[in-house]
Amino acid sequence: MSDTQGARPPGISHFAFRISNFPKMPSLANYLIVSGLIFSIGLSGVLLRRNILIIFMGLELMLNAANLSLVAFSRFNLGQDGSLRYNAQVLVFFIITVAAAEVAVGLAIIVALYRARQTTHVEDLDNLKF
Amino acid sequence: MPLALFWIFSALTLAFGLGVVFLRSPVSSAMSLVAAFVGLAALFVTLDAFFIGVVQVLVYAGAVMVLFLFIIMLLDLRADRRRPVKLAAWAGGGMVVGGFISVLSQVVSSLPALQQTKPALADPFVNDVAQVGFSLFRDFNLPFQVIGVLLLVATIGVVVLSRREIK
Amino acid sequence: MSAVPWIILFTPLAAAAVILFVGRHSKPLSAGLAIGSAALGCALSWWLFAQPDPAVPIKFYWMDFGEALQVPIGLAVDRLSKMMLVVVTSVATLVFTYSIGYMKSEEGYWRYFAGLALFLFSMLGIVLADNFVMMFIFWELVGLSSYILIGHYFKKSSAADAAKQAFLVNRVGDFGFLLGILFLWAATGTLVFAELAGKVGDFAQNPIYLTVACVLLFCGTVGKSAQMPLHVWLPNSMEGPTPVSSLLHAATMVAAGVYMLARIFPILEAAPHAMDVIAWIGGITCFAAALMATQQNDIKRILAYSTISQLGYMVLGIASAPMADVSMFHLFTHACFKCLLFLCAGSVIVGMHHEQDIWKMGALKNKMPFTFLAMVAGSLALAGCPLTSGYFSKDLIIAWAVVSHPFLGWLAVATAGITAFYTFRLLFVVFLGKPRDEHAKHACESPPVMLIPLACLAIPSLIAGFPTIEKIFFHVAEPDQVPALLHPALLLLFVGGVALAARLYWNASSDPVCIPFFARRLYIDDGYAWAVKNIQDGGALVLSWADRWVVDLFVVQVPSKLAWACGFVLRFLQIGNIQAYAFFFGAGVVGLLYLLIFR
Repeated sequence: MSDTQGARPPGISHFAFRISNFPKMPSLANYLIVSGLIFSIGLSGVLLRRNILIIFMGLELMLNAANLSLVAFSRFNLGQDGSLRYNAQVLVFFIITVAAAEVAVGLAIIVALYRARQTTHVEDLDNLKF
Repeated sequence: MPLALFWIFSALTLAFGLGVVFLRSPVSSAMSLVAAFVGLAALFVTLDAFFIGVVQVLVYAGAVMVLFLFIIMLLDLRADRRRPVKLAAWAGGGMVVGGFISVLSQVVSSLPALQQTKPALADPFVNDVAQVGFSLFRDFNLPFQVIGVLLLVATIGVVVLSRREIK
Repeated sequence: MSAVPWIILFTPLAAAAVILFVGRHSKPLSAGLAIGSAALGCALSWWLFAQPDPAVPIKFYWMDFGEALQVPIGLAVDRLSKMMLVVVTSVATLVFTYSIGYMKSEEGYWRYFAGLALFLFSMLGIVLADNFVMMFIFWELVGLSSYILIGHYFKKSSAADAAKQAFLVNRVGDFGFLLGILFLWAATGTLVFAELAGKVGDFAQNPIYLTVACVLLFCGTVGKSAQMPLHVWLPNSMEGPTPVSSLLHAATMVAAGVYMLARIFPILEAAPHAMDVIAWIGGITCFAAALMATQQNDIKRILAYSTISQLGYMVLGIASAPMADVSMFHLFTHACFKCLLFLCAGSVIVGMHHEQDIWKMGALKNKMPFTFLAMVAGSLALAGCPLTSGYFSKDLIIAWAVVSHPFLGWLAVATAGITAFYTFRLLFVVFLGKPRDEHAKHACESPPVMLIPLACLAIPSLIAGFPTIEKIFFHVAEPDQVPALLHPALLLLFVGGVALAARLYWNASSDPVCIPFFARRLYIDDGYAWAVKNIQDGGALVLSWADRWVVDLFVVQVPSKLAWACGFVLRFLQIGNIQAYAFFFGAGVVGLLYLLIFR
C-alpha cells in the first residue's frame, strides 16, 4: 500500500516504479547492438567518403566493432566452472596485431599511390575501368 | 551505475564514430577516431577485459592513429573541396547500411539467450593479464609465432613499398 | 606317327621365320630353306597319303570358355586332306624350284621366298584345319600372304593397288563367311567340322536358317575363289611374279574356297536351295569369265580369266554332284595343268624380257621348243582334249551338271567350247605365226631349273585323268542318265573351238575379232569403280555438311560466340570505382545474411 508509506507525489512513484524495473546491468544484446552500430558507421564511411584515408579509418572502425562483440561474448559465455574463458580475448589480441600491421602496409601503399597520382580522391583512381 | 556507464561510453563512441564519417577535415576525422577508440577501451573495461582495454589504447589509439596522423601530415591533406553529392552513391550506401542494421536488430531481438545480463564470476578477482598470457603461450603458441613472422613481413613490406624509385 | 601332320604344317613357318631374319644376306639360303621345307612337306605328304587314316592327332583347346565356346587346335587328316596335302606340297615344291630361275635377277629375293614359305604354311593350315575358327584364321593368313606376294613389286603403283584390291575384295567375302560361321555356331554350339556334320539333322525344322548359313559360308568362296561378283581381284593379281600367280592364283589359294565347300559338304547337302544358289553363281561365273578371256591381250590375264572360269566349273561341280570328289578331281587336274600353263607363260615372259602382250610375241615355237611342248600339253588338258586329265575331270562335272541343273549344264557345255577357243588362240598367237617384236626375234629358251618343273607338271596334266590313277585319289561315279548327246557334243565343241581359233589366229598379226564388251570385262570393273567412287563421294559430302553445319556450328561456334558475348556484357561491371565495388560487396553480404538467417 503506497498510501501508508508516506506521501509521495504521484509522478515520482511512477518514476520510481520505472527506475526499479530498469535492468541494472547492460545485457549482451545491448553490447551487440552497439557493436553493430559501430560497424554500420564504419561501413557507411567506406561507402560514402571519397578520401582514401577516411575510408581506411572506416575500415578500422569496423574491425573494432568486431573486437567489441568478441569481448562481449567472452564475458557472457562462461566456462563450466563459472570462470572466464580467454579464447576470444586471445583472438582479439591477434586481430589488433594484424590490424596494426595492415594499417602500416596500407598506409605505405597510399603513400606510394599519392606519389604516383598526386591525389587521394578515390574517384580519380579509375585505371581499371573498362 | 554500470548501465549508466555503458550508455555514456557507447554514446561517446558512436558520436565520435559519426564524427569520423561526417567531418570534413582529415585531421578532425583522425582525432574523432582516437576518441572513439578510447570509448571502446572503456567498454572493454566494463566487460572485465582489462588487458584488452589497455592494449587497445596502447596499440590503436597510441600507435595506429599516430601513424595515420603522420601520413596525413606527410601528404599534406587539406579538407576536401566540396564535390557535388552523388545521389546514387548516397542512396546505395544508405540502403546497404540500413539493411544491415535491420537484419542485425531482428536477429538480436529474436534470440532470448542474448537478453541475459552479465553472469556473476566464480572468482571475482580477475587476473586476466596472466590468464591471457597463459592462453597465448600455451594453447595458441603457434599462431603467436606466426603473428611474429607476419609483423616481420609487414615491416619489410612497408619499407619496400615506400621506397622512392631510384632514377 | 601323329606328329607328322604337325611337322608338315610348321616347317614352312620355321623356314619363313629364319628367312625373315637371315635371308637378306644370302640368296641361296633363302631359296634353300623355302624349297627344303616344301620338299620335306611333299615327301611327308606322300608318305602320309600311303598310310591309313591315323588316330586322333594331338589336339588341345586354344580357346576354352566352358560350355559356350570351345575352339580346339587340331588337325583333320582324312582322305580329303591327305589328297590336298599331296597336291599343295608337290605343286609348291615345283614352283619354288622354278622360282630360283625366274627370280634370279629380280629384287627382293629373300622377301619373295619368305612370303612363299608363309603362304605354304597358311595353305597347309587351311587344308589341315578341323574346325571353322582355325580355318578362318588360316584363311585370313592366306589372304595376307597373297597381299604380300602380289605386292612384291610394291614400287609399281599398279602392283600395290592390285594387292590392296585383292585383300579388300577378299575381306568382303570373308565377312559373309564369318557370319555363316556364327550362324552355325549359334545353332549348334560347336565349330568342329566332324561334329557339325553330325548335327545337321537338327536343322530339319528350320531349313531357311541352314540355307542362309550355307549361302553365307559360300560368300567366303565367292571372295577367295573369285566367283562373280567378287572376281575382279584375280586378274589384277597377275601383277605379282608369275610363279606366285601360278601357285596362289591358279593352283592352291583360289582352290581353298572349293576345298572349304568340300569340307562342309555334308552340311551343304542338307540345304538344297543353297546348292541351287551355289550352282547358279558357279555356272554364270564359268560362262562369263570364258567370254571375257577371249578378248584379253595379256598372256597372264587370259590365263587368269581361264582360272576364274575353271573355278566356276568346280563350284558348279560341288553343287551338282552328290559327292565332293567330283569337284576335287577337277581341282586336282586343274592344279596341274593351270600351274603348268602359268609356268610356261612365265618362261615365255622371261624369254621376252618381261613383255606380256601377246600381240608382241610370235613364232616362239622355234626359239623355245621345250616351253612350247609343255604349253601344248597344258592347253590340251585345259581345252578338254580326249584322254587328257582335263577331259576326264571337266566332262564328269559337266555330266553331273546337265543331269541336276540342265540349263547350267548346257551353259557349261558351251563354255567348254569357248575354253578350247581361247586356249588355242593363246597358243597360236604366242608360238606360231611371225615374230611381231624385237624381243620375239631374239627370245631364247629358259634355263633347266625352270624347265624341269614344267616337265614334272606336264606328265600328270596328261595322264592323271586315267581311271587307274584317278582311283588312287578319288571315289567318283558317273551319273546315271547322261544324255547321249553330251559326249559327242563336247568332242565337237573341242574340235570346233580349236578350228575356229586356228582359222582366225594361225597367222594373224593383230586381233581380227574385236568385242569391246568382252575386252572391257563386261564393264564390271568399271561398274565397281563408279559405284565405289560415288558412294564415297556421297558419303564424304554428307559428312562434310554435317561437320560444317552441325559440329562446327553447335559445338564450336555457338559456345565460342556465347563466351565472347558474356565477356562483352560482363565487362561493363568493371567500373573502376572502388566505392562501387565496395557497394556491391556490402550489398551482397547483407543479402546473403538475410537469406541465410531468414530463409
